[in-house]
Amino acid sequence: MKLPQFEYEAPATVSEALDLLAEHEDDSSVLAGGQSLIPLLALRLAYPAVLIDINGINELSGVSAANGSVTIGAMTREYMAEESATVADAVPLLAAALPLIGHEAIRSRGTIGGSLAHADPAAELPAVARALDAELVVRGPSGERVVPAAEWFEGYLTTARQPDELLTEVRWPAAGPGTGVSFLEVARRHGDFAMVGLATSVTLSDGAITDARLAFAGVSDVPARAAGAEELLVGQRPSAELFDDAARRAVGDIDPPSDLHGSAEYRKKVAAALVRRGLRQAVDNAQERQ
Amino acid sequence: MTEVDITLTVNGATRTGSPEARKTLADFLRDDLSLTGTHLGCEHGVCGACTVILDGRAVRSCLMLAVQAAGSEVTTIEGLATDGELGPVQQAMWDSHSFQCGFCTPGMVMQAVAFLADHPDADEQQIREALSGNICRCTGYQSIIDGVLLAAGRIRARNGER
Repeated sequence: MKLPQFEYEAPATVSEALDLLAEHEDDSSVLAGGQSLIPLLALRLAYPAVLIDINGINELSGVSAANGSVTIGAMTREYMAEESATVADAVPLLAAALPLIGHEAIRSRGTIGGSLAHADPAAELPAVARALDAELVVRGPSGERVVPAAEWFEGYLTTARQPDELLTEVRWPAAGPGTGVSFLEVARRHGDFAMVGLATSVTLSDGAITDARLAFAGVSDVPARAAGAEELLVGQRPSAELFDDAARRAVGDIDPPSDLHGSAEYRKKVAAALVRRGLRQAVDNAQERQ
Repeated sequence: MTEVDITLTVNGATRTGSPEARKTLADFLRDDLSLTGTHLGCEHGVCGACTVILDGRAVRSCLMLAVQAAGSEVTTIEGLATDGELGPVQQAMWDSHSFQCGFCTPGMVMQAVAFLADHPDADEQQIREALSGNICRCTGYQSIIDGVLLAAGRIRARNGER
């Protein structure tokens, strides 16, 4: 369980990091918080020739709010976002999900950008990014480009980031008035990856649902929006019957995996329960915030 | 092999070394600094036995490189006792017979110390959650929780006296 040998680079600026990425591309891995990459190295599932450690790049860390969105630097550690009043106020869904990531010691090192670049489909932040249509900002040799979350997650641990690009920041739309949220997951133990997780955001206006967002973690190789259920909800007044219909529709649209933690059938039952519970909580939360 | 010269503070003392870049902080503490109190169980971030305190926060020392700790302040289990007297968390866990085989002990204690420093008013449920990333295969955890609760009570009493 020792890490393989690699060349170690610790750039101090984004442009130094980009030079290294341009030089080494697929032969390199970017080390952010290390809470996923270092286990992969220890298990010899990853063996890059060059490790580019971006922990020394101060410009990649920080939380700022402007023009209806909150921008979080890729190297902002999860505990920092968890403690941020800006995140708690403006992006309550993200604030609800952060405490469920791993354990306290993991969030001490783990980063917002690292989790999204690693793109584990059972992780919390990818589901939140999909639910909120967050924007991922990457920089490469030809400049900056903005990738919507819907296009970021391409497959299991695979993103739209090119080998010569660096994820630099993530922009999260701020929750407007009348928006309520919920993040729920069922895991074997507190801190484990979710068997099923669900990010829910609902906006109410005059008692009717004007916007509904449901994104699952752990049911496919990418975080998955329940588009059919969302469509069904918009324009309706919240009720137990409506939430039952949404749960049936959402579960009908997913094809979750079976593994030693739970069968596909069990995951579907959990998913249905989470949709009902998530919608109830999000609607209650929206009414409180109105 | 890439070796990197580093200087860091460990348990209040300045330490230097030239670990290979691939060496984890846990292996550096144990092999290079002979601080074998930090235990390694799973070596991939699951068991919590290697937990140390880095710049005031609990971290898994198997999930970071030694070179990344350059310039930081690290506290290990060896740094908790002063003048031969156990720290308050250590003493409370000793008094509660918290542990059996002792393998998970350093990680449990360091996680508890870091958690109680920020949450001296924690209740049992919060303590259970805080320790949920640390695995013990002997005790069934009840004696560990008892120890941390006792420590929390003593720390609160001591803070109240000030």
